[in-house]
Amino acid sequence: MRRASDQETQRKFSRRALLLAGVKLGLFGTLAGRLYYLQVIEAQRYSVLSEDNQFNLELLPPIRGRIFDRNGALLAANRANFRVEIVAEQTNHVERTLSALRDLVHIDDWDVKRVLRDTRRKRGFVPITVVENLTRTDISRVAVNAPYLPGIRIKVGRSRNYPFGNAAVHLTGYVAAVSEAELTGDPVLELPDFRIGKSGIEKLYDLDLRGSSGRRQVEVNALGRIIRKLPGEEGQPGRDVSLTIDVRLQTMATERLARGNSEVVSVQDPRVQDALQRGQNLSAGTNAETGIVNLDRKGRISLPESGAVVVMDVHLGDILALVSTPAFDPNLFNKGLSPKDWEFLLSHPRFPMTNKAIAGQYPPGSTFKMLVCLAALEAGVAVPNTKVFCPGYMELGDARFHCWKKHGHGKLNMTGAIEQSCDVYLYEMAKRLGIDRIANLASRFGLGEKLEVELPGERRGLVPTREWKLATRGQTWQKGETLITGIGQGFLLCTPLQLATMTARLVNGGYAVTPRLVYETDSDEPDFENLNIPAHHLNVVIEGMNKVVNGERGTARGARQKDDPFQFGGKTGSVQVKRISKAERLSGIIKNEDRPWRDRDHAMFVAFAPLDAPRYAVSVVVEHGGGGSKIAAPIARDILVETLRIDPAHVGSRSFGLDDIG
Amino acid sequence: MVRLPDADSLNPPELTFARKITQLNWGLIALVTTLAGVGCAMLYSAANGEWSPWAYRHVIRYAMALLLAIGLALVDLRLLMRWSYAIYGLALGLLASVEVAGEIGMGAQRWIDFGLIQLQPSELMKIALVLALARYFHGLNHEVIGRLTYLVVPSALVLAPVVLVLRQPDLGTAGMILLGGGAMFFLAGVRLRWFFMILILSMASVPIGWQFLREYQKERILTFLNPENDPLGSGYHILQSKIALGSGGVFGKGFLQGSQSHLNFLPEKQTDFIFTMLAEEFGLIGALSAIALYILVMAYGVAIALRVRCLFAKLLALGVTTTLFLYVFINIAMVMGLVPVVGVPLPLISYGGTALLTAMIAIGLMMCAYVHRDVIISRQGLKEE
Repeated sequence: MRRASDQETQRKFSRRALLLAGVKLGLFGTLAGRLYYLQVIEAQRYSVLSEDNQFNLELLPPIRGRIFDRNGALLAANRANFRVEIVAEQTNHVERTLSALRDLVHIDDWDVKRVLRDTRRKRGFVPITVVENLTRTDISRVAVNAPYLPGIRIKVGRSRNYPFGNAAVHLTGYVAAVSEAELTGDPVLELPDFRIGKSGIEKLYDLDLRGSSGRRQVEVNALGRIIRKLPGEEGQPGRDVSLTIDVRLQTMATERLARGNSEVVSVQDPRVQDALQRGQNLSAGTNAETGIVNLDRKGRISLPESGAVVVMDVHLGDILALVSTPAFDPNLFNKGLSPKDWEFLLSHPRFPMTNKAIAGQYPPGSTFKMLVCLAALEAGVAVPNTKVFCPGYMELGDARFHCWKKHGHGKLNMTGAIEQSCDVYLYEMAKRLGIDRIANLASRFGLGEKLEVELPGERRGLVPTREWKLATRGQTWQKGETLITGIGQGFLLCTPLQLATMTARLVNGGYAVTPRLVYETDSDEPDFENLNIPAHHLNVVIEGMNKVVNGERGTARGARQKDDPFQFGGKTGSVQVKRISKAERLSGIIKNEDRPWRDRDHAMFVAFAPLDAPRYAVSVVVEHGGGGSKIAAPIARDILVETLRIDPAHVGSRSFGLDDIG
Repeated sequence: MVRLPDADSLNPPELTFARKITQLNWGLIALVTTLAGVGCAMLYSAANGEWSPWAYRHVIRYAMALLLAIGLALVDLRLLMRWSYAIYGLALGLLASVEVAGEIGMGAQRWIDFGLIQLQPSELMKIALVLALARYFHGLNHEVIGRLTYLVVPSALVLAPVVLVLRQPDLGTAGMILLGGGAMFFLAGVRLRWFFMILILSMASVPIGWQFLREYQKERILTFLNPENDPLGSGYHILQSKIALGSGGVFGKGFLQGSQSHLNFLPEKQTDFIFTMLAEEFGLIGALSAIALYILVMAYGVAIALRVRCLFAKLLALGVTTTLFLYVFINIAMVMGLVPVVGVPLPLISYGGTALLTAMIAIGLMMCAYVHRDVIISRQGLKEE
């Protein structure tokens, strides 16, 4: 009985034991199936994920290409940037280390706060930058004391340096941190200390200068700590860029233009003290660093002149100097500009951020007169000897068009008209020509179109035509507007670069030279289109320009100093900014110097040298500078003297009889 | 009174020590040692090719635990049966004491420190419960087992530790005790309809029980259901473990070459996730081989259970086998993302004293049953003698 029961129990047990074993085996089978799924079917996917886990791609930013001038002087360089970092996990007391560090180098309170905040936020092995841009002295002091500074380490990065500062900023441009909008997906742009070109050559040639980044695979663990670095792809350093600029001329021209007719004196000068006593503001014209003040002829403290200068080789188109004032220091952008400084630059009344040489558009004024004369000769509406009587005005319908000389020039031929910048003569020429033929010639001399110089932000200016006026203003062209255009005013607009190019095309024998800024040593002589202007036509206007400076009645004869062996030709221009009313004309026009700055004329001068075999052309625009002869011509002269002294084109001074210049 | 061997009582005379030694299950010992060797290799790899800190300790602990297991195998089965309730009581007492201590002290300390090893009473409980239930069911007639009244005591034996463990709260252990106890009920012959009823009842109580779970437990379960949801948060472990497994492929990355493990992507690689590491370095082949070794251990357990003659030994052998099975299954299923991460080690391979000790006690008890395979204990058991 007991036995049977036991046997029954045992049988039941055996049955259930086998059943349970079967269930277990089944469950193990599930595990095996799952393993098969993960390790065979999904293996590929998980392998990829595993690789991702292990390897981080570390980018090695390339060394940015440098910018040189034509003689190999560095305009934009890379400077070692010494910085001190702290690794929180290597020090027990971050604050103690920082205060020890502060005894050695200057650290702002703000930086200390930032570092302490970052040490809490970031993982302990992530280095945090404490200070940057330290001098070698500071760095050696930190290095010597390293044993007492746990967690501190010194790193050398690179930062962009512009040795000539604001003298070349409108050429080089500047670099700054990448903004959100500039991200293209290239990971190197996302590196925290990566800089890209924001203006000038730095911007236009950014990709060339940038080079390509190297890549290195870094094996990391789950915490992101680097376990080991693997060899990777070498980066390509950025390409250097050489400019046609001669930085000596560039610097000289910058200073000369900014000075204008002012005198540069020290703050201590008694005349400055006088001016201050008269209630003048020192901040207006002072260079805070050098303590230098610009004093104008009337002893007033004045701002540096605002304007542009372009010097170019008339045959090759090489730009030797391209100046726009005021400027700014591109080195400031390296560390990041404070909002205050940025605001100052943007709201500055004389627009230091604008490159006026290529983006400033001004009516050419009387500098345009040569083109009108050439158009008249080409069209056959005048010959060089055509004479026009100037009574001081010209009447057209009811309107009276005035010459700048109230009582007239009398009878003038073409060279005389250029020499004395007679408006009436040009009104007559314009009347005979009509706007179409003037516009045609102006376009051939490079006005109204972009010259495609290697700088961003170039503007095209404007050469008005009937079609243009109808299209943009919906009005028909007026005859009076043709006359105004004949003296370079009205709708006409051009950039200082276009003026220099125009001058170059006038004096190089009528070739459509185009400016270039990037210097290529191995390039052939450029082959420019012949504008098909007969030489004897060109000689008429060149002779006129000669007389502007060297003639008895030349408008710029004042720019030629007595017994000056240096000879050049040029043409003045004074561009009215404000319309002269009838009442003003009767009561006598107020002198430029006595008007508020904004109401003064723009002063222009275009010039070339040497006189007998022109090689260099220059254009000078001084915004609201007054008369072209008074301020722009002397600047142009001084710059041409310096150009010939340096003689970047190596034409040799001997052939021009300039031995005693220098 | 002189005992004579007769048809009714085939009890042989007292087994001699030498006899017992020869009856030891040397095949099982070799198998278990192989598994411990695998564990040692994996721990060596987990330390990036160093014996310290895990591998050498694992060897020492295994050697000691093996001696203990053999010692246990030589203990008289009847003695074991006699002491089984006492052992259960002791385990329950320890469990309650750590529970009380845990509540008094800071946080949940679930172990008692014995110096060399730290004993986790809940681990001991799993074995003690098997002993207690085996003893209880041994005394039951197979007819009365169908009656609900006879199930009150064993249910209480199961539920008492479950409640204590749940209070810790340790969902994984509670589940294992329940499943282990359930298996004992099943083997003892409890009618299947009760199992179905309990299943239905427990499923119905899921929404209610959910409210009693701690926040982190809810999170673990939710994460288990969708690990990719939060790859750097609580889903991290499972996801990284699956990446490690999957990237191992068929043949593995090679010994010491498991990048996931060596670069610390794998959490707890020396304990709960050691199987992942094994599968990463030795691939599908290595993983299936390890599982095969465990299946062989289970097969020994079933064979012993079928071979031994008394019900206590049968239930004991299969009970501890099932306990071992639960460890292995839950651990492997966990690292593969089949069940929530509950913190169950892999017997004999994972690093950790208690786990190893528990596994070796289980092995010792299996061997004890085998050594005493021909011993018959009457239903009334020890009282009669």
